[in-house]
Amino acid sequence: MLLEVNRLEISYGDVRAVHGVDFVVEEGELVSIIGANGAGKTSILNGLMGLVPARRGSIRFHGQEITAVPAHKRAHGGIRLVPERARVFPRLSVFENLLTGAYGLRKKIDLDGRLRWLYELFPILEERRDQPAQTLSGGEQQQLAIARALISDPRLLLVDEISMGLMPKLVDQVFDLLQSLNRDLGLTILLVEQNARASLEISHRAYVLETGSVVMEGPAKDLLNNPDIRKAYLGLAREEEAKRQ
Amino acid sequence: MNAYVITVATLVAIQSIVACGLNVVVGYAGQISLGHAAFFGIGAYASALLTTKAGLTFWTALPLVIATTGLVGLLLGIPSLRVRDDFLAITTIGINFIVEAVFLYIPFFGGALGIGGIPRVTFFHVKMKGLPYLILCLVFLLLVLLVCRWFTRSWAGLACFALREDETAAASMGISPVRFKLLAFVLGTAMAGLGGALYAHFMRFISAGDFSFPVSVMLLSMIVLGGMGTLWGPVLGALILVSLPELFRPLLEIRFLLYTLLLLVMIRFQPGGLLGEASLVRRILSRLVPGKEAPR
Repeated sequence: MLLEVNRLEISYGDVRAVHGVDFVVEEGELVSIIGANGAGKTSILNGLMGLVPARRGSIRFHGQEITAVPAHKRAHGGIRLVPERARVFPRLSVFENLLTGAYGLRKKIDLDGRLRWLYELFPILEERRDQPAQTLSGGEQQQLAIARALISDPRLLLVDEISMGLMPKLVDQVFDLLQSLNRDLGLTILLVEQNARASLEISHRAYVLETGSVVMEGPAKDLLNNPDIRKAYLGLAREEEAKRQ
Repeated sequence: MNAYVITVATLVAIQSIVACGLNVVVGYAGQISLGHAAFFGIGAYASALLTTKAGLTFWTALPLVIATTGLVGLLLGIPSLRVRDDFLAITTIGINFIVEAVFLYIPFFGGALGIGGIPRVTFFHVKMKGLPYLILCLVFLLLVLLVCRWFTRSWAGLACFALREDETAAASMGISPVRFKLLAFVLGTAMAGLGGALYAHFMRFISAGDFSFPVSVMLLSMIVLGGMGTLWGPVLGALILVSLPELFRPLLEIRFLLYTLLLLVMIRFQPGGLLGEASLVRRILSRLVPGKEAPR
């Protein structure tokens, strides 16, 4: 088991955002957590990364208890986050942004090789290599955020609302990319998304989160065909009713 | 060069060293500090006490002075781990007042009389004053600039920049906020300590008022004016802010009015500082050297 989360609870002051959720991610899986705005998806990812403390419960990564480990140590352990809205370092160049992702890993990874591979994956980043990241478009910043996480050769990639603010064509591209990273390179990915359909289509399994609790889980295919999910998250119920009439 | 010009130039060099230190904390690591004069003072008092009371020479005292200031910087940098932005600014102001009060009210530090009779720096039995002392200060300034240049190109520098831009994102990239904030504080305050030592042996008499809060404001103004986070910004800022009041001296009463006006114009039209990104000076420089980035 790569990631094992037990009864994880996260609160901000008196407000509980996550009420004791359980989930697991196996090595090589692509798992998504879907849910509406405010369901606690981002809180879960921030809790996994160590950016917000867990109120209760435990997080085990590779069999090791990491619940109390600070974020930067989790990053060194191989967990990397592609944050919501990219959060690239605005005044640093694209190249410097990429280097931050490799911080402390000089000896462990083949930096030049990783850079070459990333530039192949995202040619625009090589073109904009010396530009400050704030001059990039939203889509380019998302690519940079993914590349910055990938440069470290992570064991678990956490992806937060990658589709937010991207135009539909780019959303498809990004999801294709995540799928191929998982399928072809065996990268384990935990995806958190509002765009339920796109994420279910590429996932092996999924969890449905409602106001801080997991209300449903199962293989992504089953969830895609589940009438309740279709109604609540995929907006398909009305079309089908119209067809029936 | 006449003695007056040498005196002003020496003060510019010393203030540049201190401002470079502040630039490491504020410009590189993004931790606002309005109490930098405290560390300038700690360096000056440490060197003054070690040479007058403990009988050390400037040269044997200097490593101790720099280490002491850096160590105090480390301790007083700890608040920056808990508070940010305007709260950190207020905390550092508090540190400045406390340090000043310690110098003023504890008899060991000379109290209101300050410390006098600080010996001149000797170099191979030659007492350094005037031009030789200016050259000594410039050599130290050069060393400080080299350290800054090395730092901005190192992994530690990159980590500090990332921290300045977005602390949360930096932590999730594996950069420890604690370690690099403290590193910036130690490096920045150690530079202030060096500046303080040079100041003490130049003035040969120091008192608590030399290191009060307005001095911190002046130091921050220097790096804002010159260009925060740039290599030469603090030097340019120190040059302008130390020499302008001197240049305006014939204007008597209105010189501070002009001085203030200049600062306001700067903030309005060149908020990134004279050497900051997209500033007038940098645009001209990059036009003079086509195809190449202007130096930072």
